[in-house]
Amino acid sequence: MATSTAVLPPRKKPRQWRRSASPYMYLVPAFIVMAVITVYPLLYQVWMSFTDFGLKNFNQANKVPPNFVGLDNYVRIAGSKLQIPNFEFPRLILFNLWWAFSNVVIHVVLGVLVAVLLNTKGLLFRGFYRALFILPVVIPPLIVATVWRNMFTPDGGAINYFLQAIGGVFGIPSDAPGLNLDWLRQPDDPIPFIPLPLAYFAMLTANTWLGWPLNSVVATGALQSIPGDLYEAAEMDGANWWQKFRTVTIPFLRPAMLPYAIYGFVITFNLFVLSYFMTGGEPFGRTEILVTQAYRLVNERQLYGVAAAFCVYLFFLLLAVTLVTNKLAKATKSYAD
Amino acid sequence: MSGLDNVRRGRDLTPYFRFGRRAGPRRRHEDEKPLPLGRQIALQLILIGISFTVLFPVLWIFSISVDSRGLFRPDGLNLIPPSVTLDAYTKVLTQPTSNPISFWGLAFNSLKIATLSSFIAVLFGITAAYAFSRLHFRGREALMIGILGVLMLPAVATITPLYILLNQFHIEFGSLSFNLRASLLGVSLAIVSSQLPFAIWNLKGYLDTIPKDLEEAGAVDGASQNQIFTKIVLPLATPAIAVTGFLGFLGGWTEYIVTYMFIHGTVNDWTLSVALNSMVGQFARNTPWSEFAAFAILFAVPVSVVFFVFQRYLVGGLAVGGVKG
Repeated sequence: MATSTAVLPPRKKPRQWRRSASPYMYLVPAFIVMAVITVYPLLYQVWMSFTDFGLKNFNQANKVPPNFVGLDNYVRIAGSKLQIPNFEFPRLILFNLWWAFSNVVIHVVLGVLVAVLLNTKGLLFRGFYRALFILPVVIPPLIVATVWRNMFTPDGGAINYFLQAIGGVFGIPSDAPGLNLDWLRQPDDPIPFIPLPLAYFAMLTANTWLGWPLNSVVATGALQSIPGDLYEAAEMDGANWWQKFRTVTIPFLRPAMLPYAIYGFVITFNLFVLSYFMTGGEPFGRTEILVTQAYRLVNERQLYGVAAAFCVYLFFLLLAVTLVTNKLAKATKSYAD
Repeated sequence: MSGLDNVRRGRDLTPYFRFGRRAGPRRRHEDEKPLPLGRQIALQLILIGISFTVLFPVLWIFSISVDSRGLFRPDGLNLIPPSVTLDAYTKVLTQPTSNPISFWGLAFNSLKIATLSSFIAVLFGITAAYAFSRLHFRGREALMIGILGVLMLPAVATITPLYILLNQFHIEFGSLSFNLRASLLGVSLAIVSSQLPFAIWNLKGYLDTIPKDLEEAGAVDGASQNQIFTKIVLPLATPAIAVTGFLGFLGGWTEYIVTYMFIHGTVNDWTLSVALNSMVGQFARNTPWSEFAAFAILFAVPVSVVFFVFQRYLVGGLAVGGVKG
């Protein structure tokens, strides 16, 4: 120790310089990589969004610069004037928002309910159930989506067989139309006054299976941090189950669940696999979400300029969603936080 | 977004996994009075019902895959096949699609993409995460928000420019000569585009939880910044690096969006996810479900088992973007 302090003074100057420079030394490698493969592509995308970039501009041997078209791509998207079938921009946005919202609500409610259920004192086999319920989390979502697609397929899928088995109990013949649903393609809405196709409910089922267990994990963590005395105090005041849940459990769950719900919203909003692999956007593009539509514009239509403008819209929409949800989370913050 | 930290730290989630033998320290807090029998039975029935819904898809796919009748399409709701065969697995392992590539070939390609992309992401991510977690510098907050912003963007937002960018490089290396875009290397680089922000974010979260005492002690003993990083922080961060690496691996293992667009023309470079897509959907009228089921299981099992075993450490990270589409 003594020696090092003795040596220190003459080295002080270069050392200080190195101190202040070193943060940037640590950042530089990652930032060079990100500049090339993240920031540059994003800026390029913005430039492309003002052009008619298409397949002709992709040609390596014979490069043609794309034409500058100003805001044309943006105007055509907003006015749903693209030369592709079943494209309605406002409907797409509304469906995507509703898709994310409905899923998150179901995930959070189910997740909390199961977590509360599993937190019951004296319940047998709790550990077994907790281990089992993690199953949907550990299977890759891509595979989950394809498996659920097969389960909902009318020709040999499990869901219709399941409905027929239940129908059989009530003596309904297995070839009744209500028990042989064309889940993924049926064009008519199942509930007359709700403009959502049957495929949406199929996707919702699959994503519910996929999504609630992780919420349950988060809720359990929060539940176990609640001091038992609070419940005892509430019991002494004569509170019933619901009152205890409302006044003790919920205030403690909020700070853990809210940020996760916001994040879940963004994840579900961009959940590519279910829409793409399960319904493929059927029927008539009505279960398409923004990311799958963007991918189709790139991959199937080769409308790169339009797709770029589409991604810029997507970016601002995500930004708005994040800002609004964050604001809501703050505005509804309770004193318990 | 600071509240996110509650979710992402494994710390807050561990009680969930503290069951069975490991329940030790909590036990004295909860005086385990047995539930009334009626209520116990009612709750067990509910939980058995939930267990059934959770297990059903898995059992269904498994039973199709081993059914000795080699089901083209299942003809009923039989979870227990009359007799068992591994024919579908043998078929899928030798040639899952109509293309001349075996399961092992596909899996090896997926493995290359997953390993390479997660390795690059963690390698560059750890130093940046260290800077964000420990060092004070101008613009730290703004940069971190920028990284979070990029993290939320879907992969499709950068895919065309990356295609064009990587398409310009033609690699000549000894006897190797290939277009960077149409190669597994190019796909891996493109995937790093979304994995690096995640790695930085996730690693920073873990580094924030490591107490600074050891580093301060190191500084007092005259260790330089680099020595502190390599000798103290890196060893402490090993579990976090493993977790982030695995979550990145998981993303690469099942990556479809970039892989399909970049290499679907070259059958030899096909990955498991590209092959899986050709076994469902409109191209798949001729795929027997027994083969699809066997393929899906072989595809999922390696990563799912690892995930299941190490779930205590992994679930926290997953809450933040392991499931990026």
